Amino acid sequence: MKGGTGRDLGGYLAPLLVGVAVLGGWEWLVWARGIPPYVLPGPLRIGQTLISDWAPLSASLIYTLKLTVLALAVAAVAGLALALLFALSRGIERALFPYAVILQVTPIVAIAPLIIIWVNDVSISLLICAWIVAFFPILSNTTVGLNSADPNLQDLFRLYGASRWQVLWRLKLPGAMPYFLAGLRISGGLALIGAIVAEFVAGTGGAASGLAYRILESGFQLQIPRMFAALALISASGIAIFLLLSLLSHLLLRRWHESAQDGERR
Amino acid sequence: MTGTSLLTLAGVSKRYPTGTLAVEGIDLALEAGDFLSLLGPSGCGKSTLLRMIAGLAEPSTGRIAWPGGAPAPRDIGFVFQEPTLMPWASAAANVALPLELAGTPRRDALARAGEWLGRVGLAGFENAYPRALSGGMKMRVSLARALVTRPRLLLMDEPFAALDEITRFKLNNDLLALWDAERFTVIFVTHSVFESVYLSRRILVLAARPGRLDADLTVDAPYPRGEAFRTSADYAGHCRAVSEALAAAMERRAA
Ligand SMILES: Nc1ncnc2c1ncn2[C@@H]1O[C@H](COP(=O)(O)OP(=O)(O)OP(=O)(O)O)[C@@H](O)[C@H]1O
Ligand SMILES: [Mg+2]
Repeated sequence: MKGGTGRDLGGYLAPLLVGVAVLGGWEWLVWARGIPPYVLPGPLRIGQTLISDWAPLSASLIYTLKLTVLALAVAAVAGLALALLFALSRGIERALFPYAVILQVTPIVAIAPLIIIWVNDVSISLLICAWIVAFFPILSNTTVGLNSADPNLQDLFRLYGASRWQVLWRLKLPGAMPYFLAGLRISGGLALIGAIVAEFVAGTGGAASGLAYRILESGFQLQIPRMFAALALISASGIAIFLLLSLLSHLLLRRWHESAQDGERR
Repeated sequence: MTGTSLLTLAGVSKRYPTGTLAVEGIDLALEAGDFLSLLGPSGCGKSTLLRMIAGLAEPSTGRIAWPGGAPAPRDIGFVFQEPTLMPWASAAANVALPLELAGTPRRDALARAGEWLGRVGLAGFENAYPRALSGGMKMRVSLARALVTRPRLLLMDEPFAALDEITRFKLNNDLLALWDAERFTVIFVTHSVFESVYLSRRILVLAARPGRLDADLTVDAPYPRGEAFRTSADYAGHCRAVSEALAAAMERRAA
């Protein structure tokens, strides 16, 4: 980013200060009240646990992240492909879109048990659950984007005798990119939530490997600091996914789209 | 002027599915190489007429004929009121679009786009994105895109209406220079009496609801026209005549 380094620093500094203040207050509260770690561990204790239990925690982290990234990738490809199909045929859009909505409004906790029963492989059933949650924002956003091409530009393409394929590829798809990327950013967080929720539903009968399983297991064993450590890893993953997708969006759109302007103009 | 007819309209009407009769009974013979302005109040069907000539809309009744043969896509250039550029593509890529849609290899298309950007005064802006260009510059890109296929007919729908007067005067002069060099035919839609007199050889005044041709005037001042013409008594006389024709058209309609 050009210019405004001072402003950027301020932009990072404010949330950082809030974070430090909250963690400090939390640590002080735990210490001053003498709250035992099996009720509420302080941030320092959670940090220690993160280091001492890193081996099982990191294995779970990698399992959950793999699941999330894979679900997001499949959702992105499937959402984009289906949206393109919709753009080619209004009939297909009308026939299929309601079912995409049904998939979206059905709570994942309610259908996860069924999916886990129907699909033999637990990891694959978790993947399907995470995919279902992540899929819709990409599909609906991209569909809106493909449908909002400038009518005058569409006329121009017609004037020059462009084929349907040329209109889709050279006009509608580039114009839909900002919408697709906005959907992707929403879906990144949702894929993580879907993966965690599904693993909770699978419970101890699950693959015994993800962060949700770590939380369940720590709860049963009353290892509350480890539970908090797993929670912290989930939050960190969510933040990292969001930041990475924002960066991707910025890199792809910065040359032309208003949402990704470099400093100066604002 | 060759005197050959490029385009004829016979009894052309357009009724939209909503029931609006946008234009009615338009008869017109357009000479090749002419500079024609369509002048009329908002809603009198100027855009509708232009879209039908471009083949973007079908007349409800009447015929549009091309005596010299039906136009290929590259024979018609269109400039909209907004620049209508693809924001994700550089100026050169925008200008190259019509060529690429017709199958010209990208490299050749971009080379010719670069030439045309130069001819509209934007040499060096090949890689600029539309958002980095001013309104006038975007309009120039739009003009280059319309001319890159060397069309026989250039259709312009209030192209400079959104620009400030200084920029508009400059674009008017540059358009006339390009027209003089390339000898394409122009149909220029405008709200401005002054702009139509400055640019055109022939002015058609339309009346509204439904749009009908009401007056057909000739501006016989010689080209090239420049700032001297803009301040001449001849220019003022033509402006008065056109204004009167426009007022008479509106009055007849109101009665
Ligand atoms: N797609 C459409 N469907 C229905 N009615 C339309 C459509 N396009 C234009 N009209 C109507 O047809 C009439 C002529 O419209 P048109 O846009 O051709 O006028 P215009 O002379 O270009 O006006 P302006 O100067 O405001 O651009 C108007 O009454 C308008 O409401
Ligand atoms: Mg119009």
